[in-house]
Formats: sequence, C-alpha cells, structure tokens
Amino acid sequence: MTPSTSRTSSQIADRVFSATASGAAWLTLAMLLGILLSLTYGAWPAIEKFGFGFFSSAVWDPVKNDYGALVMIYGTLATSFIALLIAVPVSFGIAVFLTELAPNWLKRPLGTAIELLAAIPSIVYGMWGLLVFGPVLATYVQQPMQKLFKGIPFLEQFVSGAPVGLGILSAGIILAIMIIPFIASVMRDVFEVTPALLKESAYGLGATTWEVVSTVILPYTKTGVMGGVMLGLGRALGETMAVTFVIGNMNQLDSPSFFEAANSITSALANEFAEAGEGLHQASLIYLGLVLFAITTLVLTISKLLLTQLKKREGKIA
Amino acid sequence: MKNLSMSMKTAATLGLASLGLVAAINVQAQDITGAGASFPAPLYAKWAADYNKETNIKINYQSVGSGAGLKQIEAKTVDFGASDMPLKDDELKSKGLVQFPMVIGGVVPVVNIKGIAPGQMKLTGQVLGDIYLGKITKWSDAAIKTLNPTLALPDEAIQVVRRADGSGTTFIFTNYLGKVNKEWLDKVGAGTAVNWPVGAGGKGNEGVAAFVGRLPNSIGYVEYAYVKQNKMTFALLQNTANSFVAPDDLAFKAAAAGAEWSKSFYQILTNQPGKDAWPISGATFLLLQAKPVDMAKTQAVLKFVSWSFKNGDKTASDLEYVPLPATVKTQVEKSWAVIK
Repeated sequence: MTPSTSRTSSQIADRVFSATASGAAWLTLAMLLGILLSLTYGAWPAIEKFGFGFFSSAVWDPVKNDYGALVMIYGTLATSFIALLIAVPVSFGIAVFLTELAPNWLKRPLGTAIELLAAIPSIVYGMWGLLVFGPVLATYVQQPMQKLFKGIPFLEQFVSGAPVGLGILSAGIILAIMIIPFIASVMRDVFEVTPALLKESAYGLGATTWEVVSTVILPYTKTGVMGGVMLGLGRALGETMAVTFVIGNMNQLDSPSFFEAANSITSALANEFAEAGEGLHQASLIYLGLVLFAITTLVLTISKLLLTQLKKREGKIA
Repeated sequence: MKNLSMSMKTAATLGLASLGLVAAINVQAQDITGAGASFPAPLYAKWAADYNKETNIKINYQSVGSGAGLKQIEAKTVDFGASDMPLKDDELKSKGLVQFPMVIGGVVPVVNIKGIAPGQMKLTGQVLGDIYLGKITKWSDAAIKTLNPTLALPDEAIQVVRRADGSGTTFIFTNYLGKVNKEWLDKVGAGTAVNWPVGAGGKGNEGVAAFVGRLPNSIGYVEYAYVKQNKMTFALLQNTANSFVAPDDLAFKAAAAGAEWSKSFYQILTNQPGKDAWPISGATFLLLQAKPVDMAKTQAVLKFVSWSFKNGDKTASDLEYVPLPATVKTQVEKSWAVIK
C-alpha cells in the first residue's frame, strides 16, 4: 500500500465521519422543528378557538369545552420557582462543602451519595411525597401555621386550604429535592476546575474560605454554575409524575395559599390525555404542551442571554 | 442404505420443522390485541390468562384508558377497544363500530368520620350532589342530620376528594349526580373529567382511597372493588324506590336487570328503577369494528367473549366484578349478527 492510497482512504473515512456527525446535529434540529410543527398542528383547533385568551383564562371545563391555561402555567412556574429558591442555596452549600471544606476521606463517598439521589425514579419521590412528606407538612407546618395566623387577614388566607399536605408548596419542595443532586454535582464539578494556583494565592493573601468562594471560585465558574441551575430548572419545569402525586390536581386560582391544591401543565397532561376525547379537549391539551415547550425555550434563551451579558461585563471589571 | 435412512431422517426433521413453523404462524395469526379502560383491565388479564391455558390463543390487553381505547379501535390499530363510557347509537353508526356490555361494576361513596362504621351513613343523590357542589360544607348540616338522626355527626368541614385523572369512574359518578341533582347538571355536567367546584384530586382509585383513608372527615368515591379490599366506610344511598341500599353484587345486578338492553346497549346504569338497585352502577363495554378488515381476528375476539361469558363468572366475582345477567349475555351474543 502506497502512502497516497492510504491518505485517500482516510480522506473518505473523514468525509463519512463528518457527514454522519453533522447529519446527527441537523437531525436534532429537524426533530425539534418537527415537534414544534406537530404540536402546533395538533393544537390548531384550540389555537383557533381560544387564541391568546388561552393564557389568561382560568377555566378548564371538559364538559362545556371551555379551556384556559392560566392555572396550569401558574402552577408550573410557581412550583419551579419554589424549587429553585430552595435547591440553589442548598446545592451551593453542598458543592462548597465538598470542594473546600470536607476532609478528603469524606469527599468521594458523600459526592457519590448525592449523585445517587439523581438516580431515584421520580415516581418514588412522588409516592414518598404523597404518603410520607405530605402528611408531615400538613400536621407539623400547615396546621400550626393555620392556628397561629387565625384571624389575621392576609396571612390567614396565605395558609388556608385543607390540611392534606398537597399543593404548590409540597410540589415545590419535592421538586427541590429532586433537582438538588443535578445542580450540586454540576456546581461541584465546576468548582473543582478552578485552578489551585488562584485559590492558593487568595488564601496566601489571607482570604477566608468565604472570600475565596465569593471572589475567586464563583467569578471563575459562573457560566458553569448558571448552566447547572438551568439544568435543574429545566428538570423542574418538565417533571411530571412526582408533581402529579403531590400538587392536588385542582384547577383553581381563588386562593393565594401555597397549601391549596393546584395544577401544573405536565400534571394536567398526564391526568387527562388518555381519556380526552377527540376535538377541543385533546387540542387544548396539546396546546398546553406547546405552551410548556415555549416556556422552556424562553427560559433557556434568557439564561443564555444572561450568560453573554455576564461575559461582556467580565472584561470591563478586569 | 445408511444414506437413505439419513436423508429420510433429514426429510422428516425438515417436515416437522416446517409443520412447527406453520403452527407458529397460525398461533401468531390468532394473537388478539385490545386496548382501553383500566377499570376492567385486571379481569380481562385474568380471563386472557385462563383462555390462553385452554386454547393457546394469546390476548394482549393494554390498559390505556377508555378514550385512548376508543381512538385505537377507530384507527383499527387494535382488534377490540374497551370503554366505561358507552357511545350513543348514532355515534356508533358514524364511526362504524359496535359495542356491547361485558361486566358490571359500581361506584361507591366512601367516608372517613370518626365513630361511623360502614353502612351507617345514609345519603341521597341530592345531598351527595350538594356536597360535591360545595353547597353543603359541614357534616353537621341539617340536610345530612335529617337523613341520619341517630348518628353523632361532627361539626367539621367536609373534605371532598375526587379523581384527578380522567376516568370512567368519574363519568358514572357525575352522570348519576346529573340525574339526581339539577344544579349539578346545569353547573358541572357529566364526563370522564369535569370542572370540579371543590375537592382535592387523587390519581386513580387508589389515590382517592388513600386520601379518604388519611383525611379525617372526608368523602370520596371509588370502584366497589376498592371498598371491599380496603374495608372502607361506604355510605348507603337512596335509590329511585326511596329505599336506602348498600352496595353489593345483588344491588348491581338489580340495577342491570332494570335497564332496557333489548332496545340498545347504550345503557348507563345510574339511577335505575328497582327496589334493590344500587343507584351508581355502570357496565364496561367492548367495542369492535362493524365491518372488520380482518374478520378472522374479530371472530377470535367474539369466541373469547363467549368463552368468558360461559366460564368467567367465577373469576369475575372473585375479583369483585359483577357478571352480566344471563338474559343480557344472550342478547349480546345475538347482537353479533350485524358484524360482517
């Protein structure tokens, strides 16, 4: 075999490889577009009938064929927001502990244990939430709070609702527990890549652990941290089974209480799709799916924009 | 000589093998697929297993929900569909389907109030509807007290529990409320999923049963089998003959007997006449193509149904379903003449 033929054959292999790789990338894009198109097609009867009013109406009445998504959109956003509110600080603490504070012999087993949490199926979280966590939340948090706030106008409404332990708050907390392993392990991984040189210099200048974390590690890793948070948020927005179990599945927005049963987009889809008759009910459910798709895309876009903004400022400060 | 016997052996083996192949193909051709309601799924699975032992015919039943079952039989992707919600006769005609009842079940209101035993609480349809409308909010309400003068009713809020997922159970329950409570009919109506005025939603019968079991002063509705298995506190209901009945096999049978099956199989067995009839009864239905593409398969489905009508009653009773009365079974088998 002469060198030239071996080069041509490797050139062919190169071309095949690059075609396959780019094909795979384009296929993903095509699938994304395909999903968008088929969702829009399936939802068209509902889009035609309700239009943008779908977003502002809180009615969901399959018998009278009148549908609005406000309750579900609110439920999805509120539960994900609560989840992030709890999960981000906790994950941050876990990651800092694992990279900076924990003794070496503890780092590995603890880190693995936290990653293992991510492997628990979501339905298990849901059942645990319904059977164990819900009653605890109702008996030890909601009922005492209801007693405490009895007669106080605003606060009383805020904790109202049947003491079942189902609702936006319990769904949010369960989601937080579910996304903590994701955010924590991403944060830990990016914290670990901070060059030791930078950290050691800061420590050498007399910086405390907190100062090192806040002025060296965080600025160095903010893209990765943001990515981890977004990964968690994406999971929270799309989570179905666990939420269905604990959110209470009630289409109402009458009460501001976080203890009141509510509904989320994914939960409504999971509950109603199998039994939905053809026509407007089904179309409205697909419309809901399209809305969720839009929400996640929007969240991702905003986070990307935020990141580029952060990067631009980086140069100026330095 | 040796060669000959060898080749004969080979031929015989080949022949046997091809016979086996043919048999395998035959068996495969008779595999039946069905999809639909989850309520009868445990029974269909048991019947299918027993039938398979006797005949070697395999029946795959996917418990995907009544709505999905209907969609699949319409699209001809399955050999039969199953639904808890019967189709009206004109709908059947326009979709080119036939339907018939398979087995009867009942939906039962269950309560969880301290000191009240199964079968002690009496309710009427009007009161049950008002509770689910959110109009009666306390157990000590005068309307409940007049029905139960001897019971110690707590002065506590009623925790209403209902199904969160779309389901045939909800259809039967809301259909009944619509028949006995005018306001329910106007405001909410009947369907597999409705716009509930009040109540926490549990997923599936087991979800509702779990909520009612856990929540003090709650009321819910579940399939009869769940009441029996979990020994739940059921309530007595007033039927059209003004007598308060307990839910059991005989009460469901009485409800089925009162229906006019000879006119149409579109029979929703709620609020049926008969002094022993349980008012929230319902049948679950099988759906077939009226003009099947693969007649052999549809015939195989019908054979399976005949077999279970003949041999399946005990299995059904064991699993807390109620077999159809013999007269209805005969009518069902007669109705198959239209499938061509």
